[in-house]
Amino acid sequence: MSDLALHQTIAQMVPQGARVLDLGCGDGALMAHLQATRGCTGYGVEIDDANVHACVARGVNVVQLNLDQGLAMFQDQSFDVVLQIDTLQHLRNAQVMLRETVRVGKQGIVAFPNFAHWPNRLQVLMGQMPVTKTLPYQWYDTPNIRVATFADFEQLAGKNKLRITDAFGMQNGQAVRWQPNLRASTAVFAFERAA
Amino acid sequence: MPFIATPQFMQFDAPLPLQSGASIRAYTVAYETYGTLNAAKTNAVLVCHALNASHHVAGSYADQPNSEGWWDNMIGPGKPLDTDQFFVISVNNLGSCFGSTGPMHINPDTGVVYGANFPVVTVEDWVDAQARLLDALGIQTLAAVMGGSLGGMQALSWTLRHPSRIKHCVAIATAPNLTAQNIAFNEVARRAIATDPDFHGGNFYQHNTIPKRGLRIARMVGHITYLSDDVMNEKFGRQLKAPTLSAGHGALPPEGAIAPRGGPAALGSTSPSYKYTTQDVEFQIESYLRYQGDKFAEYFDANTYLLITRALDYFDPAKPYAGDLTKALAAAVAKFLVVSFTTDWRFSPSRSREIVKALLDNKHTVSYAEIDAPHGHDAFLLDDARYMNIVRSHFANVGKELSIAGPPPDTKAPLGGSAAHEVASAGAMSK
Repeated sequence: MSDLALHQTIAQMVPQGARVLDLGCGDGALMAHLQATRGCTGYGVEIDDANVHACVARGVNVVQLNLDQGLAMFQDQSFDVVLQIDTLQHLRNAQVMLRETVRVGKQGIVAFPNFAHWPNRLQVLMGQMPVTKTLPYQWYDTPNIRVATFADFEQLAGKNKLRITDAFGMQNGQAVRWQPNLRASTAVFAFERAA
Repeated sequence: MPFIATPQFMQFDAPLPLQSGASIRAYTVAYETYGTLNAAKTNAVLVCHALNASHHVAGSYADQPNSEGWWDNMIGPGKPLDTDQFFVISVNNLGSCFGSTGPMHINPDTGVVYGANFPVVTVEDWVDAQARLLDALGIQTLAAVMGGSLGGMQALSWTLRHPSRIKHCVAIATAPNLTAQNIAFNEVARRAIATDPDFHGGNFYQHNTIPKRGLRIARMVGHITYLSDDVMNEKFGRQLKAPTLSAGHGALPPEGAIAPRGGPAALGSTSPSYKYTTQDVEFQIESYLRYQGDKFAEYFDANTYLLITRALDYFDPAKPYAGDLTKALAAAVAKFLVVSFTTDWRFSPSRSREIVKALLDNKHTVSYAEIDAPHGHDAFLLDDARYMNIVRSHFANVGKELSIAGPPPDTKAPLGGSAAHEVASAGAMSK
């Protein structure tokens, strides 16, 4: 799916003028989009040298950090929104990072490849790990060390006392709200700490 | 051909109050400028120097081969800090031995050389002296202040002492204060100098001597801390200085004569034997350190070394806030770029992260790059593409802000001095 469609969808979920922390911000395109269209401020966090440079070059604040080392650098509730867009699947401590997300931010938004999308299921049924546009890697060289489904995340959110405020899938640039676990290649969740 | 730099000097008669309560009057400040100050005087960038450097940051002196400035790879026409766009100012700090008033000069109050009586100066004092120079140059606001190591401390201090005068702060391989271990290294260096019989309590000038032995040791210790273990092993390993072949000696093959981790000595097919000496140079690393020490003792002033290491020790902007760096950095309004190097153990990334955290706590604008370079603290002076590109892109954005805010760049008014980039070729790579 196009990054642009996902970015536009995410941007609509982020309040105008919000203070944003974008974990695994890549080349800073989403932060730049949020700054330009939503008047947001904040920082990206990124580990990759080339991406850090890309952020600096486009004027997006970026902090070079390994997310597996946690978010100790950020204070409690210091952001309106904490984003993890296509980040969760790369983290060793995915669960810790979810808890950290709601510690640091009032709201969290995650997007990740939905392993239960029907073409993936089909490929597994055929006896092989799926290789698709959203999951383009072979099993032996994938950077996605956590593969999960839309349904899995709902379960993990419950376990960690997160209140899901919105949940849908994304497929071909469109939001999928009916049976997203089956029909969408990307899962999107907005959540906050349950009171 | 690098561009030509010209040192300049400015005299200040009014006393400069110092942190210690003392003051210094009738002093000279040496500085250099590169590029052209624009009409609105908005494109000035101040570069602060570290321990053993000077105002000669970039370019070369006319008629002096191999006289490139210490950050010539970073600053100049077309360089990451581009003097075609920015007016770069570098100032030699008080107490130094490269042109500004220092311990080797005459104290106007007594008529004799300062020597040990040169007032103790701090990072804050240097910043204030630099601010006075900018005042004299008619520059109110700096597009950026930049420095590495001790220079980074000055850059940081600028954003706190004169917040409204700084738009951007680029702090590289620096720290919010020195750790005990870091102060300890400085103290070893100072004791080496002060206990040299030629030091004469700091008044060696009158004895027509120089405490070279102390200076050499000080430099050797310092040098060790500027390099990473890996780089030292890669460069020198256990390689012997003047290997004699083991044949005929009947000695056992020297244990460990082959460098661990694939150092250069691993290349030798025959194991050279030891000379079995405790005084002579045996290993290449010894030879290298002695050479560095000798070279340093030829040009550096012993009192300056004491003063500058002490300024490093004293720097601690969080001290008035009971150690709370977040509170200390609240006053800053500049936008920050902080850079550290993974193998730098003298000014380690964790120290830079402390600065970044305090800036984040204050919701200040900051970017932080942690460059995975092998060279230790020295990395901030070397060419690493990732590092150079980040600084280049950062300054490109600083420049863009200027062109949005300021007048078009063709309304440049040359300032007296070394507005010198006549020769704007791709600079000589001298590293």
